[in-house]
Amino acid sequence: MKIRNGADLLALCDEENLSLHQLMLLYESDKTGKTPEEIKGTMAVNLQVMRRSAYQGLEEDAAFAGKIIGGQGKKMRQRYETVQPVCGATMARAVSFALSVTEVNASMGRIVAAPTAGSCGVLPGVLFSLAESHQIGDEQLVEGLFTAGTIGLVIAKNASLSGAEGGCQAEVGSASAMGAGAAVEIMGGSPAQALHAGAIALKNLLGLVCDPIAGLVEAPCSKRNAVGTANALVAAEMALAGIESIIPFDEVVEAMHQVGRAMPCALRETAEGGLAATPTGQRLKLEIFHKPMN
Amino acid sequence: MKEYGIFDIIGPVMIGPSSSHTAGAARLGYMARKIAGDEIKEVVFYLHGSFAKTYAGHGTDKALLAGVMGFMPDDEEIREAFTIARERGLTYRFEERDLGEVHPNTVKIVMYTQEGARWEITGSSIGGGKVKIIRINELEVDFAGEYTTLITYHRDRPGVIAFISSILANYRINVAFMRVFRENKWDNAVLIAETDEDISPLVLSEIAQNPHIFQVKVLQAI
Repeated sequence: MKIRNGADLLALCDEENLSLHQLMLLYESDKTGKTPEEIKGTMAVNLQVMRRSAYQGLEEDAAFAGKIIGGQGKKMRQRYETVQPVCGATMARAVSFALSVTEVNASMGRIVAAPTAGSCGVLPGVLFSLAESHQIGDEQLVEGLFTAGTIGLVIAKNASLSGAEGGCQAEVGSASAMGAGAAVEIMGGSPAQALHAGAIALKNLLGLVCDPIAGLVEAPCSKRNAVGTANALVAAEMALAGIESIIPFDEVVEAMHQVGRAMPCALRETAEGGLAATPTGQRLKLEIFHKPMN
Repeated sequence: MKEYGIFDIIGPVMIGPSSSHTAGAARLGYMARKIAGDEIKEVVFYLHGSFAKTYAGHGTDKALLAGVMGFMPDDEEIREAFTIARERGLTYRFEERDLGEVHPNTVKIVMYTQEGARWEITGSSIGGGKVKIIRINELEVDFAGEYTTLITYHRDRPGVIAFISSILANYRINVAFMRVFRENKWDNAVLIAETDEDISPLVLSEIAQNPHIFQVKVLQAI
């Protein structure tokens, strides 16, 4: 089975009357010789690791902090549990989960890179928020991870998932596209709608630079994961309403690839530009490392 | 174009915060321990490039040390690596060092085992948690640890490689990649064979029968 791009995905789904997650399972089984049950079992383990990291940082007495960030997830939880959140409970919960996972990551806790460690908060944010608001069971959440995987796979093949190569658009942008597609299929949307959601999510974060303060996977990474999560839900909502991306998914991926290539090195994870280069960014770097990094 | 699998995209499960600086570092430490194949008494890490600049911020130091103590890249104990090393009486030290024309995330790990052997292993974390070992003692090598890996230390003599591959064939172990490295003709050599199947202790003991082979080890895929 050959999957080169989004057009291949839709053609294969159409031919066999499959959803994206069903197609991905067949693809993986075909590639590895493992049974669908084995593959789903491994993915279910990943889901459990994601779930733990999504809730760990929200617990009462938890202390998950890195060198810069920590405790933000808990603040979000406190807010949506006591007042009517501005952006609704689903969105507020999603953001709290994304913050929690990134804080667990920063504190050397266990996470699933999805697609990377720098963007590990987005998929848990999307999935566990939907699980709570729409009573989605684990089997469907695992399916969502397969849907997300198809989108990530096509981006990996035709552009990049690495901040060092393509900036944050390649990490949080891709994670957001993956989360958007997953949300669409979980909520009963079609493969075509899932790719529209992915395209919309990726377009919204096109050009996002990777400028980590002090070179650490903390700030602005954590809040960008929160926004990537919210963006995924918004994109999914639009696609489920029948709104289409004007630029097709494959062309958006190619545009992302080209924007990444045009991005200067200072804005691709080197911590030499953007927020990392601001006076506050520089001060934090000095405080953390007690020496200039370059 | 590389053929990605689903778990290249949704995975790996790892200890944060960075796949290259933490997960890759843990993997390098773990592989170094397996290559040395014995309890480590003392270890010195020489950190190069980006590893040298930011190791404390990413927990690269804890990850390397935990790996050398045998912890896997997804073990939450990595966070407590310094304490555990002290409890075990393992002496460790980190030094910044220019290792020359190598990947920016490279470390040279010098280990002294309980039995008094000295091992020097250099490896690079090349992105996404993937690694490669580029040097074992005096020999330049190149392997990633993604497959079951057979390592033999032997004398460079005709027939040694045929001997090894025939035993693997007898046990129906398929070789995916195989390379041989040596210092000089007739001198010390290393064979690295990456295989699709696991290699049992029985297979190892048969390979060890050859008088030209000093040591044979197997690294499980991680």
